[in-house]
Amino acid sequence: MPSQAVASAVSRPQPRYVEDVVRAAVVLTMFWGIAAFLAGVVIASQLVWPQLSFDSEYLTFGRLRPLHTSAAIFAFGGTALIGTAFHVVQRTCRARLFGGAPLGWFVLLGYQLFIVLAATGYLMGITQSKEYAEPEWFVDLWLTVVWVAYLIAYLGTVMKREEPHIYVANWFYLAFIITIAMLHIVNNLAMPVSIVGSKSYVAWAGVQDAMIQWWYGHNAVGFFLTAAFLGMMYYYIPKAANRPIYSYRLSIVHFWSLVFLYIWAGPHHLHYTSLPDWAQTLGMVFSVMLWMPSWGGMINGLMTLSGAWDKLRTDPGLRFSVTAVGFYGMATFEGPVMSIKAVNSLSHYTDWTIGHVHSGALGWVAFIVFGTTYYLVPHLWNRPGMWSTRLMGWHYWIATIGIVLYITAMWVSGIMQGLMWRAYDELGFLQYSFIETVAAMKPFYAIRLLGGVFFLTGGLLMAYNMWRTIRGEPARVPAAQPALAA
Amino acid sequence: MFLRHETIEKNVILMVVLTLITVSIGGIVQIIPLFTIESTIERIDGVRPYSPLEVLGRNIYIREGCYTCHSQQIRPFKDEVERYGPYSLAAESMYDKPFQWGSKRTGPDLSRVGGRYSNDWHVAHLVSPRAVVPESIMPAYPALATRRLDYADVARHLQALHAVGVPYSDAMIANARADLATQANPDADPTALLERYPRAVVGKFDSQSEAITEMDALVAYLQMLGTLVRFSDLPPERLRQ
Amino acid sequence: MTLESFNQIATSVWTVWAVLVFTGIVSWALRPANRGRFEQASRIPFDEE
Repeated sequence: MPSQAVASAVSRPQPRYVEDVVRAAVVLTMFWGIAAFLAGVVIASQLVWPQLSFDSEYLTFGRLRPLHTSAAIFAFGGTALIGTAFHVVQRTCRARLFGGAPLGWFVLLGYQLFIVLAATGYLMGITQSKEYAEPEWFVDLWLTVVWVAYLIAYLGTVMKREEPHIYVANWFYLAFIITIAMLHIVNNLAMPVSIVGSKSYVAWAGVQDAMIQWWYGHNAVGFFLTAAFLGMMYYYIPKAANRPIYSYRLSIVHFWSLVFLYIWAGPHHLHYTSLPDWAQTLGMVFSVMLWMPSWGGMINGLMTLSGAWDKLRTDPGLRFSVTAVGFYGMATFEGPVMSIKAVNSLSHYTDWTIGHVHSGALGWVAFIVFGTTYYLVPHLWNRPGMWSTRLMGWHYWIATIGIVLYITAMWVSGIMQGLMWRAYDELGFLQYSFIETVAAMKPFYAIRLLGGVFFLTGGLLMAYNMWRTIRGEPARVPAAQPALAA
Repeated sequence: MFLRHETIEKNVILMVVLTLITVSIGGIVQIIPLFTIESTIERIDGVRPYSPLEVLGRNIYIREGCYTCHSQQIRPFKDEVERYGPYSLAAESMYDKPFQWGSKRTGPDLSRVGGRYSNDWHVAHLVSPRAVVPESIMPAYPALATRRLDYADVARHLQALHAVGVPYSDAMIANARADLATQANPDADPTALLERYPRAVVGKFDSQSEAITEMDALVAYLQMLGTLVRFSDLPPERLRQ
Repeated sequence: MTLESFNQIATSVWTVWAVLVFTGIVSWALRPANRGRFEQASRIPFDEE
């Protein structure tokens, strides 16, 4: 013990990290990514050709849309977060995962069961209809069990760490785990109709339910899709660039200001609704303030590359991560703008919101996962690198073009529909019937679909590349052997 | 000193507690007043709990994810009020569990769709939207018209809603099944039903079928949306939140 | 309304508290004396392997 307390950590032997769970999580992340992109392409094509639901109740937009959002956020994003959280926490704490492989497997596989239960339920119409919290009470209870195990594994590892300092990436992961636990429980309090049935009624009603739902919903964005992936950024970008984070002090300020501000921003989803004005104003003010810490984080991520920009040319994986940080900056600028009530009066209920979400989901979340995965796969499977760097480059460009097509189409359709709804003719009547505004969207929905197909194609290239890498020859010097590395 | 950041970042429990405090406060300050400040919900007449048939119709609306494309929340703008009717009041969704305000209008707002179209229009439109509105991109729901409504346990639904605060009386729960059958039967005597659920729309909503179908329930729900509050006899001072 | 006024007080108290804590964190983060410790912390990802 005393010898391990010495500050110079370099010569200590590595603990036996739990890595099988992380490997499985990386493969599952890829699988769910393809599933989520495919579901997105399907529902995007249904908005162009509504016949594609084939008059089947199992294939309607209403049932497939939660399938798409849950597959993207919870299956793809969530599995990536569980895997990387376990990877990061063990290595930055120099400690084996608390509970070892059994607890790690329980969390990962238990979470997969949650996803399968939720997704099959959506197809059968089992839903609470609360956005991003659609699973019914029995699925929610199971997720709570898994989440507590996740917290125990994570916290336990941090507590038995050998590194005196808790590296900043862990703060973000921890804030994500505990905040999501709180939001999940409060938002999903419900009364089942019967203990053997799936249907339940939420504890909240009307305006209170709306406030709680968007307090949950916005912080699902803030802590699930932002804070946690920032944890990913703070570990994997320095690792891939092989240089420490640009400013550690900025990361401290970044963390606390995000935690302080995000939780207040929810009511901007309810501007001009029956929610009392004071709550709307509060939501708007905090949303606008969020812009500053968000850009602080972006600068921190980007500047880590200063002096190493040439790596972007040679390492498409790092290029994904850095572009992700760029999209993070773009989305966190657009978000505060859209939370201003005057702007929101135009953008709300339109595709502008959908475009904004996707510049975050595709540009930030998916890209940072791609970048991290391209870093992790060779490391975890002990390969000299990805099977094909060229294919990574292709993936990068195809996916980027896909995002650009997607979000520009949604800007145009969103702003256009918003303006058409409020247009008056010279006689003072509403100029367009609702259905005319629907018909006008069609070309943009087709462009959006094309963008989605691009993004899906890129994902398939990545999956193939990953498969070839894992199947290929291991590197000659096995890095997994402890003590030799020094 | 207790609150040195060095202490925080080396003591993970302290960090968890501080994070939890910091994130809880936003929720407490924004959410709790909504339950306690009386002015959150306007005091207006007419809003009542949903009738048994409407409850099950609403559940079908939820099951099919209608909220993914249709909002139920009219904002106080000239164009919205002209297009959809008077702007939505908090009181109108006070028994909505969960709320169906929605976040996207791929289709039009439905908060005041009740009474705007005939029952036959709704049935034809739900079975085949493009037969009625050629440019529509709504999915077709033919299965609703053929599937019998399962309402054997409708009283349990009312009980569960009662448990989470919807003021269903014992009589409402006891008569739930009978009230449901009455509302879907134009030949039955609706007096007791209308006493319990004023302004409930009674009739065979789906005239194509003999049995009570899921279509009946869904159309019954759509036909009551936004019809409970009579805005013509509402003094403006009552609208203050 | 007592609860309404409580809400207003709570909001102002929170604002003051947030500003104080936040200023504390920022000044602590920017204190030159801490520079060395931060540089060490930022190297944690590179300490192993």
